[in-house]
Amino acid sequence: MYAAEFEYQKASSVAEAVQMLGQSPGAKLLAGGHSLLPMLKMRLTTPPALIDIGGISELHGITVTDDTVRIGALTTHHEIATSQDVQNSCMVAAEAAEGIGDPQVRNRGTIGGNVVHCDPASDWPTVLTALKARFVIQGPRGLTHGATRTVDAGEFFKGLFETDLKENEVLTAIEIPRLGHHQLAEYAKMAHPASFYAVVGAAVVITVENDRCTAASIAVGGMVPNPVLATSVANALVGQQLNAESIQSATDHMAGDLSGNLLGDFYASADYRKAMAAVETKHALNHAIGLAHH
Amino acid sequence: MTTRIFGSGIRRREDPRLITGQAGYTDDIKLQGMSFAAIKRSPHAHARVRSVDTSAARSAPGVLAVFTGADTDGVLNPIPCAWVVPESDVKAVAHPALAKDVVRYVGDGVAVVVAESRYQAEDALDLINVDYEPLPAVVNPEAALQAGAPQLHEDAPNNQAFHWVAAGGDTDSAFASAEVTVRDTIIQQKLIPNTIEPRSAVATWLTATGDLTLWSSSQNPHICRFVTSLVTGVPEHKIRVIAPEVGGGFGSKTPIYADEMIAVFCSMRLGRPVKWTETRSENYQATLHGRDHVEYVELAATREGKITGIRTQVYAAMGAYLSTAATGIPTILHGLMYSNTYDIPNLKSDVYGVFTTTTPVDLYRGAGRPEAIFLVERLVNLLADELGLDPVEVRRRNLIPKFEDGHDVAMGITYDSGDYELTLDTALNHVNYQQLREEQAHLREHNQYMGIGVTCYCEICGIGPSQVAGAVGFGGGLWEAAIIRFTPTGKASVYVGTSPHGQGEETTFAQILSDEIGVPVDDVDVIHGDTDNTPMGWGTYGSRTTVIGGAAVALAARKIRDKGKVLAAHLLEAAEADIEYEDGKFFVRGSPDQSKTIQDIALMANVAWNMPEGMEPGLEANAFYDTPNFTFPFGAHVAVVMVDPDNGHITLQRYVAVDDCGPQINPMIVEGQVQGGVVQGAGQALWEGAVYDDNGQLLTGSMLDYALPRAHLVPDIETLSTVTPSPHNPLGVKGIGETGTIASTITIYNAVLDALKPLGVTHLDMPLTAEKVWKAIHQRG
Repeated sequence: MYAAEFEYQKASSVAEAVQMLGQSPGAKLLAGGHSLLPMLKMRLTTPPALIDIGGISELHGITVTDDTVRIGALTTHHEIATSQDVQNSCMVAAEAAEGIGDPQVRNRGTIGGNVVHCDPASDWPTVLTALKARFVIQGPRGLTHGATRTVDAGEFFKGLFETDLKENEVLTAIEIPRLGHHQLAEYAKMAHPASFYAVVGAAVVITVENDRCTAASIAVGGMVPNPVLATSVANALVGQQLNAESIQSATDHMAGDLSGNLLGDFYASADYRKAMAAVETKHALNHAIGLAHH
Repeated sequence: MTTRIFGSGIRRREDPRLITGQAGYTDDIKLQGMSFAAIKRSPHAHARVRSVDTSAARSAPGVLAVFTGADTDGVLNPIPCAWVVPESDVKAVAHPALAKDVVRYVGDGVAVVVAESRYQAEDALDLINVDYEPLPAVVNPEAALQAGAPQLHEDAPNNQAFHWVAAGGDTDSAFASAEVTVRDTIIQQKLIPNTIEPRSAVATWLTATGDLTLWSSSQNPHICRFVTSLVTGVPEHKIRVIAPEVGGGFGSKTPIYADEMIAVFCSMRLGRPVKWTETRSENYQATLHGRDHVEYVELAATREGKITGIRTQVYAAMGAYLSTAATGIPTILHGLMYSNTYDIPNLKSDVYGVFTTTTPVDLYRGAGRPEAIFLVERLVNLLADELGLDPVEVRRRNLIPKFEDGHDVAMGITYDSGDYELTLDTALNHVNYQQLREEQAHLREHNQYMGIGVTCYCEICGIGPSQVAGAVGFGGGLWEAAIIRFTPTGKASVYVGTSPHGQGEETTFAQILSDEIGVPVDDVDVIHGDTDNTPMGWGTYGSRTTVIGGAAVALAARKIRDKGKVLAAHLLEAAEADIEYEDGKFFVRGSPDQSKTIQDIALMANVAWNMPEGMEPGLEANAFYDTPNFTFPFGAHVAVVMVDPDNGHITLQRYVAVDDCGPQINPMIVEGQVQGGVVQGAGQALWEGAVYDDNGQLLTGSMLDYALPRAHLVPDIETLSTVTPSPHNPLGVKGIGETGTIASTITIYNAVLDALKPLGVTHLDMPLTAEKVWKAIHQRG
């Protein structure tokens, strides 16, 4: 629990952070530190330098436009959970933030640090995938071309602890489409009793018009290296009146959506998690349409 | 009559400093010239050590020294096992402070680095190159005893650490003639104690004087001094052990560990203070674990539900070495308690202690008694199921009737006092048991699974008479001592040999003194934890501190009162026989205005201007208390759970604890002990368990994987009590530190199995994780 020696640098702007990354190969960005510090202390990673981006104000805060909630990468889980703007325009994100870890984690941990770590048991990747969030990234090219690039959730989360973020790039913000009047969204998770990480997490975003489901976006995580879109379940919902029966029948398709590499451990096997993906999705859908309460 | 301070739920005086961070722990100690130790631990569960190359580490920045088993061998004596249960062929295998030839669990120490900073010490650890030849591991105690299992110690064939059998009556006949028998296989999974403060030691050796001071996060500084002397050879009077603030123990800070002795060794070699504090990962590997039994248990009964016998075959893991009290736990503290609250004529406990390639097992809250009460109460429920009777009814048919002064049970021990039916009735009335059962039936019709668990328990604590300690092979006494010293202004200091570390005895001991001689509770200071200024004592564990240590305080207080009476008579110019004492005042009978307060007496005794002929000056008394028997607190607990068949998730809905620990000195502290204990026991039922793979690697190596109880997962625990005094100690009190843990694991377990009864599930291994429950529900066809 004692980190190896590293050099500490503090960046005052994103451009400077990008420059520092270029000058210190292998350096890591330090935001809230809630994923990085445990790894440092257990010496699972021994970067030569940490670049502290904690003081960069442009990475901080929440802004809402007509169609988007923009969350700066350094915004803490607690700030998201308690943000009136997030609660009004994308309640599910506030609720997911409230369910992360414990108060200490939520007070210090940041959404950006969380998603770039891409822990399969994290809540944000699943929720942001279902919400079709976009990830705003600034790299060295930005210095000359003045541009950032934006990546969809489906491309951002690439695998186990792997994102589309390149060396020398900084995630600056996450843009979540605001939920429309006909949209309902929920996140349900089975939390590990020790870590509160998701053993299984299911995020659903459904559009209900004239009493029927007209669109559905469903992502599950926890038992997969990176979030999986449950398209068969979503397709089975579209066109249906949503009730306990149609939801049950749709979530029965979950197994087909989880044909790939499933994770399991001594606490919860892959088979169990697979079954629970359907159960948690059902819970989320039932909650979304008001069939069940938290 | 004024309000008695005894029985008053005053706030714990310990709390302000603990809550505000002003308490000083061992790791807070800062000494001139401090150096820092870090221990290189084996990554293998079992391996031969071919060589240890420390050359690179020795020349690393800041490193003062690197020592290996070759350095400590012959200088430090082996770490002793202090409890050698007689007539059980105990193999007290050598436990070297640093392993030299063989490592026997992941975490076994092989070398120590001392450096100018802890970071430098940790960096140098990475530079030590140990050449291991891996050997096969064995983690299950039953498997370890089988022929062909990997052998841990040459002098313990088949890994057998001991074999102990205790019996009362004739179980063979009872089972041969039984109308009904039920049986189960119970895995008491290995548990990892989690104290908020990890273990820590600061050792400083003065070469000029030969004085050794050891600050240690210990539950028993006097035993620590005694054993430190045995291990290091430093004479006991040259050793001072200080247990400053200790952040929880739960038994895990009772043993004397290798690590603290290594810190002493390093200080003696370097002539500098050495600090060693374990990391949380080290704590999980190198601090003792609890439980870890494989048990085959059986109960015989009549068709009317009268229990005629219980017998067991127990394989109790010792881990890699025998820790300080290890052999006493599955034997004396477990096997002798099979009567529980019932009149059972025939009992037999057959226990193998077995070495496994895992972290040593020793005292963990309850230590032996949770396992005993678990198996009895599980068997009683299985009997109820077998007979189609309500589990409460089966309990009623077997309860020992109320007794006030001694009841002999088949295992040959004598319970002190009990009124088991009263606690059972109190609990059942409180929850309205009949209505709960009706609600359960109603919910089942809607495929909702509620379960009710009801436990009767009694346990053995307030450990214990010294004569018994000697007879059962415990390597020490079990009495306690107190010194009370009054200042001229009438303030009192109480010095005790016990070593509370969160149980609140600084408050309760002050209440005892206040109650005995009328000094305001705020005028009493309670001092403990330093062998230089406290009387010898055997420490805080086994729910004994208030029972034994508190009795010593009361007896010393009564000596103060006796002296006060003589002095008051002299000062009031009255005959001693005419002096009465009440509420801090000594007065002439019939003339209460002719009186001397305890403060007057303290002043006059200290200035000694006018003492009776032959009376020594000063107001000070000491007392030693050895108890004639253990205490046997008891109670009845009820748990209500809901099980979600969709995912196997268990919700602990309600928990009711009715406990009887005799008169309560401070009901708020009693309630705190019960609340904490219940939650700790719930941890074993629902969440906790050390998991090893077949190679002996600890998979639950951190709090990310080892699930401790969390506040939001536990309901508000409802606590009630009855009062049945113990007949044999001066205060009539019984221990309450472990009852919650002893009762709650099985109460919750039985509740979950009760919920699953309509689904045909009769057995599950703990912890009752969602997947296990779900599989049990969904695999039944």
